[in-house]
Parts: sequence; C-alpha cells; structure tokens
Amino acid sequence: MTYEFLQQYWWFVIAILGGLLAFLMFVQGANLILAFPGVNTSMRRIIVNSTGRKWELTFTTLVTFGGAFFASFPLFYSTSFGGAYWVWILLLLTFVFQAVSYEFQNKKGNLIGSDAFRVFLIINGILAPLLVGTAVGTFFTGSDFIINKDAVSSSAFSAVSVWGSGWHGLEAVKSPAVILGLALLFLDASLGCLYLINNVRDDGLEPVLRKKLTFFSLIFLLFFIIWTIFLLTADGFAVSSDGTVILEKNKYFYNFIHMPAIALMYITGALLVIAGLFLGAGTHSRKGIWPAGTGTVLTVIALFLVAGYGGTSYYPSISDLQSSLTIQNSCSSRFTLKVMFYVSLLIPFVAAYIVYAWRKMNRTPITEEELTGTENKY
Amino acid sequence: MNTALINWSRLQFAVTAAYHWLFVPLTLGLALIIAVMETIYYRNKQTLWKSMTKFWMKLFAINFAVGIATGLILEFEFGTNWSNYSWLVGDIFGAPLAIEGIVAFFMEATFFAVMFFGWEKVSPGFHLASTWFTGIGAALSAYWILVANGWMQNPVGTVFNPDTVRNEMVSFGTVATNPVAVNKFFHSVFSGWMTGGVFTIGVSAWYLLKKKKIPFAKSSMAVGSLVGIAGAVAVILSGDRSGVDIARYQPMKLAAVEGLDNGGRNASFSIVPGVSVPSMLSILATHDPNGYVPGINDIILGYTDNDGGYVLPVQAKMWRGRKALAALNYYRNSNDSVPENKALFKRVVESNSAYMGYGRLSKPADVVPNVPFVYWSFRTMVYLGCFILLVLILVQFFLYKDKIMKNRWLLRLAIISIPLVYICGQAGWIVSEVGRQPWAIQDLLTVGAATSSLSVAAVKTTFFIFLIVFALFLVIEIGIMLKAIQKGPDPYFPDEINSTHQNYRRE
Ligand code: HDD
Ligand code: HEM
Ligand code: HEM
Repeated sequence: MTYEFLQQYWWFVIAILGGLLAFLMFVQGANLILAFPGVNTSMRRIIVNSTGRKWELTFTTLVTFGGAFFASFPLFYSTSFGGAYWVWILLLLTFVFQAVSYEFQNKKGNLIGSDAFRVFLIINGILAPLLVGTAVGTFFTGSDFIINKDAVSSSAFSAVSVWGSGWHGLEAVKSPAVILGLALLFLDASLGCLYLINNVRDDGLEPVLRKKLTFFSLIFLLFFIIWTIFLLTADGFAVSSDGTVILEKNKYFYNFIHMPAIALMYITGALLVIAGLFLGAGTHSRKGIWPAGTGTVLTVIALFLVAGYGGTSYYPSISDLQSSLTIQNSCSSRFTLKVMFYVSLLIPFVAAYIVYAWRKMNRTPITEEELTGTENKY
Repeated sequence: MNTALINWSRLQFAVTAAYHWLFVPLTLGLALIIAVMETIYYRNKQTLWKSMTKFWMKLFAINFAVGIATGLILEFEFGTNWSNYSWLVGDIFGAPLAIEGIVAFFMEATFFAVMFFGWEKVSPGFHLASTWFTGIGAALSAYWILVANGWMQNPVGTVFNPDTVRNEMVSFGTVATNPVAVNKFFHSVFSGWMTGGVFTIGVSAWYLLKKKKIPFAKSSMAVGSLVGIAGAVAVILSGDRSGVDIARYQPMKLAAVEGLDNGGRNASFSIVPGVSVPSMLSILATHDPNGYVPGINDIILGYTDNDGGYVLPVQAKMWRGRKALAALNYYRNSNDSVPENKALFKRVVESNSAYMGYGRLSKPADVVPNVPFVYWSFRTMVYLGCFILLVLILVQFFLYKDKIMKNRWLLRLAIISIPLVYICGQAGWIVSEVGRQPWAIQDLLTVGAATSSLSVAAVKTTFFIFLIVFALFLVIEIGIMLKAIQKGPDPYFPDEINSTHQNYRRE
C-alpha cells in the first residue's frame, strides 16, 4: 500500500463517517419537533422514547468521527479543535446536555424538572446540525489560522497552529459556510420527521409530522440550492504538485467535472433525498427515511471528497494560504495509516452487528400502549 | 511560557478526568455484577433474580449516561486544550482513541440498548449475551484508553521525525502491549469491580438496616461482596506490579510516592512520616531487599541504577535536550544546498531526541512533582483499599453464617465504604497523573509545550462552565439514584406480584 493510497483511503473513511453522522443527526432533528406547540405530552413522550433508543448511535458516531480524524489527520484535529475553540466547546456542551437529558428528564428527583431537559434536547437539536454543518462549510470558505512547525524547535513555547480571530471559530457565522449549516439543520429536521413516521405509530402525531416535514423540506431545499450554487461558483483552494496552495477560479466546479464519479454521487444523493422527502410529505408511505437517509450519506461523502480530492486543500487558511491543510500535509505517518487501515476493516463487521441488533429490536414500532406497559422507558 | 494558561488547562483537564472517573468504575463493576445476576436468572428462572438484575441495571443506566457524556468532553479536550500535544503525538496517541471508538464504544452502546430496552423484544439468550457484551465493550474501552494513557507514562514504539517535526509510531504491537498499559488496565478494571461490589453491598445494607426487601438485599450482597473481594485482591496484586513499573519507568514518581529525598539500597517504606519499615521499599520496588531505589536528589544529581547503568543528572539531560532542539532548528532552517550539514544536524537530533522534553525545562528542580500530594494520595489509596477489603470479607463471612442482620455496625460500615472506595480510585489517579508532572509525555513533552494557543480567559471560562455543569449533573444524578433506591426493586414473589398494581410483565 503506498502512502498516497492510504491518505486517500483515510479521507474516504472520514467522509463516510461524516456522511453517517449527518444522517444519524436525524435524532437531533426529531427532537426539534418537541419545540412545536401542536405536540402534546403523550406525543412528546413517544418522540423522546423513539429517539432515546437511537441517540447513542449518533453520539458514538460523533466520538468515532473525532477519534478517526485524530488518528488519521492529527494536524486537523489540533488546528480546528484548538482554534475554532468556541464552536467545538458549544457543540460538546449541547451533546453533553443531550446525553443526560434522556435518562434524567422523567425521573423523580431530577431537580430542575422535565421541561428543562426538554429544552436541552431542543437546543441540541438546533445547534448540533447547525454547528457541524457550518464547520464542514469552512472546508470550502477557509478559516483564519497559521501553521508554523518551527514552533516545535523554538525554545520559547508557541503552538504549532495559531488561530487569528479572537472569536475562535464563531466568526464563521458571517461566512457562506453558515448556509451549509442551515441546510443541514433543516435536512436533519426533515429526516427526524421521516424517522418518526417510520418508527412510531400514533394517529395524532403522524399528520403533525407530515405537515412539519413539508415545511422543513422546502427550507432545506432552498438552502441546499443556494449552497450548491455557491459551491459551483466559488473560488477554491488548489494545491499544485509542489504543495503550494493557490486560489483557483471555480475550483470545486472543475473538481466535479474532473471527478465525474463524485459529481454523480452528489446528484444521486440529492435526488434520493428529494425522493425521500416527497414520499414522506406527498404520499402516505412510511419509507421515506430510507432513500432520504441514503441520499444524505452519499451527498455528504461527495462533499467531503470534493473538498479533499483532486489537489484541493480541505481545510484552507485565509490568513496564510500556505498554512492550508491538505490530505498530504496533515495526515499521520504511513505506518500509522497502515495500522489504522487494518483496524478499519472491522468497521463493516461492527456495522453488521449494529444492524442485526436493531433489526431484532425494531420489529414492532413504538406505540403509546407499549410505553405504558413497560418500565424500560424514558 | 504562559503559566496561567498551562495551569488552567491542567485544572480543566484534571477536573473533567476526575469527574469522568466517578462514573467509569461503577460502569465497569456493575456491568459484571448485572451480567452475573442475569446469568443466574437465566439458569434458575426465579423472578427474584430477574428483579435484582433489573434493579441494578436501572442504576447502571443512570450512571452510564453521565459516564458517556463526560467521556466525550475528555476526548475532544485533547484537541481543544492540548492541541500542540495532539499534533506532536497524534500519530501514536490518536490510534488507540480511534480503535476505542470502533471496537469498544459501538459495542457498548448497541448492546446497552438491547439490554435496557430489549427485555420484551429479544430472546432471553440474546438478551443475556447483550448484557455480557455491554460489559465486555466497557472493558475493551478501558483497555484502549489505558493504552493511550500508558503510552504517556512510558512512551514506547515511537521515534521523533525531524522532517515532520513530530513523534511517529514505529511499532503498533509495542504500543498496544506496553507493560504499563497492560498493568494499568488490570489495576483500573479491578478497581472498578471493587467499586461495583462496594456499591452493591452498601445499597443492599441500607435495605437490611431498614428491614426491607430482605431476600433481594441478601442475594445482591452475596454477588456484590464476591465480585468486590475478587476485585480487591486483584487490585492489590496489580498495585504491587504498578509499584515495580513506576520504579522502572518513572523513578521520580516513585520517589514522590515515598517522599524519598535520598535513596539507596535497603530503602525503607514510609508508613506515615517518621514511621517506616526497613528494606520494604526496595522489596516493593525491585522485589529484592538489596535493590537500589533512587530518591529525588539522586535523580536530580545522577545515579547508577540496578542494572549498573548510569543515569544522567537532570542538568545533563537538559543540556542534551537543548542540543536536540537547537539542531532541529538548524536542520529545518539551514540551506538545502549543503546536504552534509543537514545530515549532521539530523543525527544530532536523533541521538538526543530521547531528552527532547528536558530542553524545555528552566531548572533541574522542575522535574519534581507535588510530593506531599502524591505521598498522601498513595497512602489514602492503599490504606482505604485494605480497610475496604476487610469490610467485604466480613460481609461475606456473616452472610455465609446468616448473621448479617445482627451485625448492624457492619451494615453501616458497608454504607460508609461507598464514598471511601470512590476516594481510593480518585487518589489512584492523582498518584498516577500528578506524580508524572511536569511531563505530558514522560521525558518527551512537558505539559507547558502541550497546550493550545488560547487566552487564559477562554480556558477559565470553559473551566467554570464545566465545573458548574458537572456539579449540577452530579447533584441530579445522586438525587435520581436515591429516589430509585428508595423505590426499590420490582416485586419478586408471586403473591407479592399479584397483590400490586405495578406494570409488571411476565416473559
Ligand atoms: C478505565 C477506564 C476508562 C478510563 C481511564 C477512561 N474512560 Fe472513558 N469510558 C470508559 C472507560 C474509561 C467506559 C467504562 O467505557 C465509559 C464510562 C461510562 C460509559 O458509558 O463508558 C466511557 C465513556 C467514554 C466516552 C463515551 C463513549 C460513547 O460514546 O459510548 C468517551 C468519548 C470516553 N470515555 C473518552 C475517554 C477519554 C478521552 C479518556 C481519557 C482521558 C477516558 N475516556 C478515560
Ligand atoms: C479517568 C481517570 C483519570 C483521572 C482521574 C486523571 C486525573 C488527572 C489529573 C489529576 C491531572 C492533572 C495533573 C496535574 O496537572 O497536576 C491529569 C492531567 C492529564 N491527564 Fe489524566 N487522569 C485520568 C485519566 C487519563 C487518561 C486515561 C489520559 C490519557 C489517555 C489522561 C491524560 C491526561 C492529560 C493529557 C493531562 C493534562 C496534562 C497534564 O496535566 O499532565 N488522563 N489527569
Ligand atoms: C492496596 C494496594 C494498592 C497498591 C499497592 C496500589 C498501587 C498503585 C500504584 C503504584 C499506582 C500508580 C501507577 C502508575 O502511576 O502507573 C496506582 C494507581 C491507581 N490505583 Fe492503586 N494501589 C492499591 C490499591 C488501590 C485501590 C484499593 C484502588 C481503588 C479502588 C486503586 C485504584 C487506583 C487507580 C484508579 C489508579 C490509577 C490508574 C493506574 O495508574 O493504574 N488502587 N495504584
């Protein structure tokens, strides 16, 4: 295995994990429904119990996404997490609150009352997809940092990567990256509706979900189209063969042209998402989550690939172009990537037992009646 | 170097890690206890055992949620607050974290869901397997995170690469089987069993004192005390091994543990300041009464170790570390047109890179950690640990004699042991982590060179946010636990089941 292959391979794995994470944040999207007034207490309980059985999968995917990024592209890990500090801290906090909310909210002795925990779930429902989407958006718009590896040998301590903006990442809300954040927010909200339509049976809730779905889908489509136009017309960060980074006109557009498989993936993904949204909002089908989920994964993978493949810097610096991170200059050693390659062969096996376990668990949809009959609920 | 930034970053990490460790040991221990209970239920099909399994599982779930939440912060804190560290050693350190996610966390999370929600959905055999898999997943996760932590204490399988300016892994097998990691794994997991056992007997003792749920409490106590005793004995054996390990790999930590200023042969073990057992320390550290144990001053001034090798004084190590850094600087910035020079600088870097971290110290005394803190933490761990083992054995003994109800003092001691066992575990991590200061990676990287480039205000702000959030969660968690304990297990005898209006479901 050559170093080049391993680098490309690991970017691909990161892309898959990113795609899965974007999809699995349907949990966050579904929790958003808790915010709407038309949803009564029993509906809320059904929603919380339905997402409550899946949230750990999303959470663990986030953890693994972080761990895999750390292992394969440590310079990204250190630059982005240490630099865009507030973005990541906020994200962590909302996930931490989410993690305890399920277990705590309907228990006696929880001190601050169930409403507070519901609010935590809603905040996480908004901020998680918004922040993750915006962070991925900065793969295309660039961030404000400088890399200086000579800092290691200087006797006075200074960090290898230094962030320019005192906002430490929050400045991204002023950039077009936020469009991707908004698109992901409304996509995950739509996926949340589709998931609930599939996973629960409740005559009161279903019409509410289908109505909300229409609303979320339209907003999602709007932002998605704006984002796609931006992407195709934006200047991109190209890497020449000696590693110099230059700003190139319509770089991402040409990436799609030169790598038609990725373009095809992006388009297929988008069409599948639209088909899924239509199934949910326009028909009585409960199966919309499947095409929409698959489509989400494909589109996000394509986005990652177009950001990193084809001689492109996936984490560009706008304050110093030559500090920009590329797959080649930010990855781990060949040895580590090779070890991790073998480890990654376990992923299909892990996915298989997850699917197996959940097929057994999901044989019957969640209903009001089931929840009254069991102790094991949130 | 910005001392305030370093200290706030350390404090923040320490508080998060210590907080995480409040939940981890109970997860590790209760996972085993639940699995044992469910196995017994699977074989004898008595409702009592099902009700026991479900009750402890409920407490497990409450604890588990906070454990997961705090783990996430820890993982990302390496990036947010120790970003220089993440770059310099990410090539080695990232791998176990990623492996942990792939092989352990998914297993834990998936089978936890089956275990918790699956009672009426999957077959009893599959359910039982899921319960065991949850525990195995937790143990696997402990293994991989301790491979990461063990590597910081004893950085094996690594070289410094001047071209990429970072440490790189050269042998995965060596990293994954690092003796320090393996031993830490056993010591920490067994301390988890001990915690689970003590928690179980303590809570059960409360029912017995109240004369409520007696069959339930006695059976739970039996399982808990057996797991606890097994854990405690194993903790002591592996703790002895830890002592040998630190003597070999981190002599300064050992000197701090003993408050030993000047070492020698036949070194004595300090019981409390002023009282000591001759030769005992030599035996503990080297398994030989004649073994040489260096003290703090010996380490600073240089000494000859047990294998006859000369260990450089810290001043000399600092000198070599500075040489490595200076050569690295030349290597990176010298003109490419003189390849011989480059090769020379590279050799200088390579031959001195083992002392690279010392190049950043400002004076030899910087290598000394906070001695009293480490000294007393170690003693707290060991003495309380032995005391708790005694309590566990007595509980088992009186249960066996069926006299446990008469010995109310012992039931009270069992309850008091719950906070004590947590203190033990926390003290253990203090020995291990505070004892290795000022190193983030032993000899290679000081904590000072590991931080992110952030303002002190930013780190302070997040520190206080975390502190408040953690305090809030802890109070809530304890509140919920207490309510769940008060409510007690589901009814378990047939007549009792029929006479209540509980939502009790049969298979
Ligand atoms: C010896 C055991 C041990 C130690 C030293 C640590 N952990 Fe831990 N961790 C566990 C044992 C564990 C566990 C038993 O597997 C947990 C605790 C409760 C739980 O649910 O899983 C867990 C959960 C947990 C999670 C959530 C996993 C999920 O999504 O399911 C993360 C991200 C981490 N940990 C990360 C860390 C980091 C970065 C640590 C070091 C600084 C660390 N843990 C120390
Ligand atoms: C969960 C149990 C743990 C506890 C209770 C714990 C405790 C501590 C404490 C008290 C400190 C502060 C030391 C000081 O600054 O004086 C610290 C620092 C640190 N620990 Fe741990 N630790 C734990 C596990 C780990 C693990 C498993 C790792 C690595 C995988 C780790 C890595 C670090 C790092 C990077 C620091 C910050 C740098 C430093 O101050 O040394 N810790 N920890
Ligand atoms: C009674 C005899 C014991 C001895 C001789 C002993 C010894 C040690 C030593 C030398 C360390 C430091 C290891 C290092 O830095 O690498 C350590 C760490 C630790 N101890 Fe103990 N210990 C004992 C009992 C206990 C008990 C009763 C508990 C808790 C229930 C406990 C929990 C821990 C933990 C959590 C750590 C940190 C993790 C690690 O470094 O392995 N120990 N112990």
